[in-house]
Amino acid sequence: MKVLYPFIAVLALVAVALVGSQISGLQYLLGIALPYLAFAIFLGGFVYRVLQWAKTPVPFRIPTTCGQGKSLSWIKRDPLDCPNNKLEVAGRMFLEIFLFRSLFRNTKAEIGEGPQLSYGSSKYLWLFGILFHYSFLVIILRHLRLFTEPIPLFVKVIEFGDGILQLGAPTIYQTDLVLLGAVAFLLGRRLIMPQLRYISLPADYFPLLLIFAIAVSGILMRWVFRVDIIAVKQLTDGIASFSPVLPDGIGAMFFVHVVLVCTLLIYFPFSKLMHMGGVFLSPTRNMSNNSRAVRHINPWNDPNIKPHSYADYEDEFREFMVEAGLPVDKELPPAEKKEE
Amino acid sequence: MALPKLEELSKSVAKGPSLMTGGIPKHDWLETTPVFKPENFPYPTKQEKLEYLKFPNPREWSPEDEDWKLPSNWKDIILQGFKERIDKFRSFRIFMDCCVRCGACADKCHFFLGTGDPQNMPVLRAELIRSVYRNDFTTAGKLFGKMAGARDLTIDVLKEWAQYAYQCTECRRCSVFCPYGIDTCEITMMMRELLHLVGISINWCMEPVANSNRTGNHMGLQPHTYYENVQYLADDIEEITGVKVDVPFNKKGADILFITPSADVFAEPGIYTCMGYLILFHYLGLNYTWSTYSSEGGNFGLFTSNEMMKKLNAKMYAEAERLGVKWILGGECGHMWRVVHQYMDTMNGPADFLEEPVSPITGTKFENAASTKMVHISEFTADLIKHGKLKLDPSRNAHRIPTFHDSCNPARAMGLLDEPRYILDHVVPKWHEMPENTIREKTFCCGSGTALNTDEIMDLRMRSGLPRANAVKFVQDKFNVNMLSCVCAIDRATLLSLVNYWTPGVDVCGISELVGNALVLDGEIKRETGLRFEPLAGMEG
Repeated sequence: MKVLYPFIAVLALVAVALVGSQISGLQYLLGIALPYLAFAIFLGGFVYRVLQWAKTPVPFRIPTTCGQGKSLSWIKRDPLDCPNNKLEVAGRMFLEIFLFRSLFRNTKAEIGEGPQLSYGSSKYLWLFGILFHYSFLVIILRHLRLFTEPIPLFVKVIEFGDGILQLGAPTIYQTDLVLLGAVAFLLGRRLIMPQLRYISLPADYFPLLLIFAIAVSGILMRWVFRVDIIAVKQLTDGIASFSPVLPDGIGAMFFVHVVLVCTLLIYFPFSKLMHMGGVFLSPTRNMSNNSRAVRHINPWNDPNIKPHSYADYEDEFREFMVEAGLPVDKELPPAEKKEE
Repeated sequence: MALPKLEELSKSVAKGPSLMTGGIPKHDWLETTPVFKPENFPYPTKQEKLEYLKFPNPREWSPEDEDWKLPSNWKDIILQGFKERIDKFRSFRIFMDCCVRCGACADKCHFFLGTGDPQNMPVLRAELIRSVYRNDFTTAGKLFGKMAGARDLTIDVLKEWAQYAYQCTECRRCSVFCPYGIDTCEITMMMRELLHLVGISINWCMEPVANSNRTGNHMGLQPHTYYENVQYLADDIEEITGVKVDVPFNKKGADILFITPSADVFAEPGIYTCMGYLILFHYLGLNYTWSTYSSEGGNFGLFTSNEMMKKLNAKMYAEAERLGVKWILGGECGHMWRVVHQYMDTMNGPADFLEEPVSPITGTKFENAASTKMVHISEFTADLIKHGKLKLDPSRNAHRIPTFHDSCNPARAMGLLDEPRYILDHVVPKWHEMPENTIREKTFCCGSGTALNTDEIMDLRMRSGLPRANAVKFVQDKFNVNMLSCVCAIDRATLLSLVNYWTPGVDVCGISELVGNALVLDGEIKRETGLRFEPLAGMEG
């Protein structure tokens, strides 16, 4: 069920796009109005969410230390897994954001008779995660050719590199295939692994299915249901220059692709996909482990919280303290002293 | 409570139907109802303790009862508290928002490994509260409800929070593996804070909190008793070494205030660690003092609420100021050091009445403690050894073949990993590391931290401690390891039950016990026994 509804939702989106592509009024709506709207929601929503995080205070310095911290000068420390200053934090964040450092640590635990636990290395999630994100990034960068004139050199270089195997005509981009494979893996593990299947929500299947459908529609549009690429470029250039025109004869598959992409953009800021922004602000990763050397300020620290005072404590236990020979701030009253 | 039978538990853990062994629960997690039975939830806090602490909604109640006697507006209270906390803690808000449920954390939690209970996967523990967050505080949850994984806060949901907030020891192991650094500790802390608002808490946490507030330590030892206990330890030292050591208390004008968990003063095997401190300080001729007012290093406020943590912790600086010391030296303790390292200065600083810590023996400046002005005993001791200031005879520990257990907080909230290892290298002839995936930042919790070291939940504790015990078993079988050393007082208490259960023949000690035993004192008699009056190697006859 959890995978069925998102699947239906994606199919419904495809159907809407196919129908819309045949009706000229809707073509304008789906091809021009929707992209503007989607992009505005994506940008506005993303910025709103990040600002909301950013304005929430970080009361305590709580990095998760994953290596030796700064201590005595002769103890070798681990600046990247236990950073002590901003530069080292930047290093840690770089590894985290660009190389998925933490996921690289992944292990798989098993329990057997004894009982005996064993932990094996398990880098599949890291590998497919990396493949997925980087192919997606390359594909997005390749698409810049649609929105720029002249097309920047780096876009051309990326295109060239991505098609370097020179397979098929038009050339097959490796990233298209890698993306499909990686999404299939990420979907497959959710469906097959019992632990993953149990925790997965429709909100986990939907973005995967959506991205899969986006990739498929993109590929179909290039090889099977060919669209008029000149017309597409005309449309996208128009959108980018804020003087949109809707040329005739763009194939239906283009509208499917656009509707799915726009759905992803709209969905993005409201969903777990915001991990893209969240990872930058995660306090266990982006803080230095120097809290004993440099005082961290909590903006809402309450100065009215005081300890149970020493004076009250001594008042309660003075007699015992004096008797045991413990020093006290105030002596016992003389009357009681005499009794001793 | 009775310990679970070893054979039964072993079979149940490895073969019983659980998500760890491949069994898939019939019910969707969004629709489970929590089951409370004896031995799966610690005793609730006694009414009088909550009243003393002025915590809201104190009452007598039982988790096994249908009716938890919640205040009628409990839901409003929780949601209001929720809103306040997502506005106060960026960690909480981000960790509510950006989990992708990739599942990397699932089999990293010792509670999940030992119970196979799906709700004990860190991701799902967090989803218990995230589902309510989505329902009440996000657009997607409001629009799409269950499709977006949102659910209404019902009494069953609240009960489930209680159950699983107290099946997490806030050890942060999951956060090491999470690609976004999501720290379940931050989430469990918030769950516990919210539960406190409606009077749900456990006695094993709150009684120590109340005691610490009043008497200065968890057990409620009054000043004279505390003082006398330390004196008894000094007497034992004299018997073993022939040397009389001083026990300075509440001494104004001392250079250093020494604070350690009170368990080191009254409970085995912590008392032997304490004897180690006393011997070391005597050896150095340190001008230091103990305090009866600030006689607890541990801080169960950390497991309660940030306000309570601050209140209890404030005694350390207050006492340091009253006694006029230069800086503070802290004993071996895990969560105490989380509070000191990551919270104390922020909450109760700046400690401008103290000086930047300098070792009076070696002259070493502890730059890493320049602001907080509190130094860890392992840092202090490692520095002494490095400078050749300690005359050590490791052969006195030849009857010990230790391994070293990294405690969660020093490892994952301080990065204190190599100091105790360096000390070990110098005080025992040989010691062995446990397997790589179970040490340093990947260390496994003792299974009973965050006030879960209470006897009524032994089944749970033996399960959650299994990953640690299993690693001990490995080095016991391979290297004949017979001592599990650590730098944590909760560990010293809880690991003992754990190894007695899973790996009999292994004992537990603090690093300072081994230091004390190896230290050669001026004027000492020929040592025939260690600090536990156990015969030294070659002295067994």
